[in-house]
Amino acid sequence: MVSRVNVPKGGFNFDNYQRNLILQQNGYSMPKATKTGTTITGMKFKNGVILGADTRATGEALVQDKNCPKIHRMAPNIFCCGAGTAADADKVTDMVASQLELHRLATGRESRVTTVLATLSQYLFRYQGHVAAALVLGGVDVDGPQLFSVAPHGSTDKLPYLSQGSGSLSAIAVFEERWRENMERDEAIELVKDSIKAGIFNDMGSGFNIDLVVIEKGRADFYRNIETPCPTIEKIGNYKFQPGTTAVLSESFRNFVTITEGDAMDIS
Amino acid sequence: METELGLKPGEIGLGTTLVAVGFDGGVIIGADSRTSMGGAYVVNRVTDKLTYVSDRIYCCRSGSAADTQAVANLVTYYLQLYAIQHGEEPPVRVAAALFQELCYKNKEMLSAGIICAGWDKYAGGSVYGIPIGGSLHKLPYATAGSGSTYLYGYLDTAFRPNMTKEETIELVKTAIALAIGRDGSSGGCIRLAVITEDGVERHFIPGDQVPVLGI
Repeated sequence: MVSRVNVPKGGFNFDNYQRNLILQQNGYSMPKATKTGTTITGMKFKNGVILGADTRATGEALVQDKNCPKIHRMAPNIFCCGAGTAADADKVTDMVASQLELHRLATGRESRVTTVLATLSQYLFRYQGHVAAALVLGGVDVDGPQLFSVAPHGSTDKLPYLSQGSGSLSAIAVFEERWRENMERDEAIELVKDSIKAGIFNDMGSGFNIDLVVIEKGRADFYRNIETPCPTIEKIGNYKFQPGTTAVLSESFRNFVTITEGDAMDIS
Repeated sequence: METELGLKPGEIGLGTTLVAVGFDGGVIIGADSRTSMGGAYVVNRVTDKLTYVSDRIYCCRSGSAADTQAVANLVTYYLQLYAIQHGEEPPVRVAAALFQELCYKNKEMLSAGIICAGWDKYAGGSVYGIPIGGSLHKLPYATAGSGSTYLYGYLDTAFRPNMTKEETIELVKTAIALAIGRDGSSGGCIRLAVITEDGVERHFIPGDQVPVLGI
């Protein structure tokens, strides 16, 4: 029997795209989506890959989330940082992560970074940039440590260090100055932290805390808020008045309601 | 100058210099390594625009990075099928025809200028140009991308039939260096590939060793 209930299929819906274009031509402005005006970076080091991200999410001039997690776990050995429209970056990473989980259960093998890269880039290319997600993808698999970036239109780049988002220009400058091949884990962590800090301090769209993930063969360590370079400073003064600050000259009380006694309630 | 048309806002483009020259026994292809966004920011300064499509066929990509990568991946896939079905490596003309088919049928959606070059046992080394409308041209030498504007005159005078491998490498290298010097959207390093019956031989000239020509 044909169901009369219209069950939504989920996924993206572009039904109103043409209508919205016409509305815009007639002078109606569209509401702005929350963007992760962002600094996300990634680099290769001696034993693996490190990804970093700030935690600010903005919508027009307002900060929507002060501690927004932008590093997504795609597989136990693969992570992905998202920039661009927050909803799109979250959705596309979640969808691919769930496909990968099913693929691992079906094949019994560890996920590969190239699989994630192909899935993400083919998906973004299909939507011709309307799914506005810019990604930094890193992981360690049978082919060793790998690092890629994916642009919203679906193009990919393979580099030893890279950055994405509005703070990417500040962040890349740090790498250009200090990145070397085969860095040790500790100095690599410091370099990624400094690249994110460059974004946090110099880019209006980036801010607050640093998230970091270190991926090595057989292990991945995720550090949520590894550093908080912008702590809320405790105020020196306050606006509370001490009792007795103002002299009491007189006191008077008046009863506006007359209370009359009634019969006691029967509670037996 | 960025002369590539039809990029969407915020799209990453390959303001590029591409050169491919056939010689006795094979082809030499060359490209700069700059990928830029909006003609203002260099997204990748060591890009490899010489893209594998089969063991002895490469393509050189210009235009939208996303579009050309998608097309090249698709052609790679079709050529793998061809190799299995026919039990031999695909000829260059088949690869070029696939590029032409995809670029022509989707011409409203794509901004891709491609050079397809390689070696096969039927035609030896060959070069095909597939410019933005999706036409197909078999050429002795080809150039594409925003930097090609500065190269047509040079290649027309410097190219001679039956050059040696070494002479051709020098010609391609000089051509890319000339375009890097004049075209703001081209730059970085020079990447070369020599494709012959023996396989593919890659050359890399770092940015600080790119010849500075003229005054």
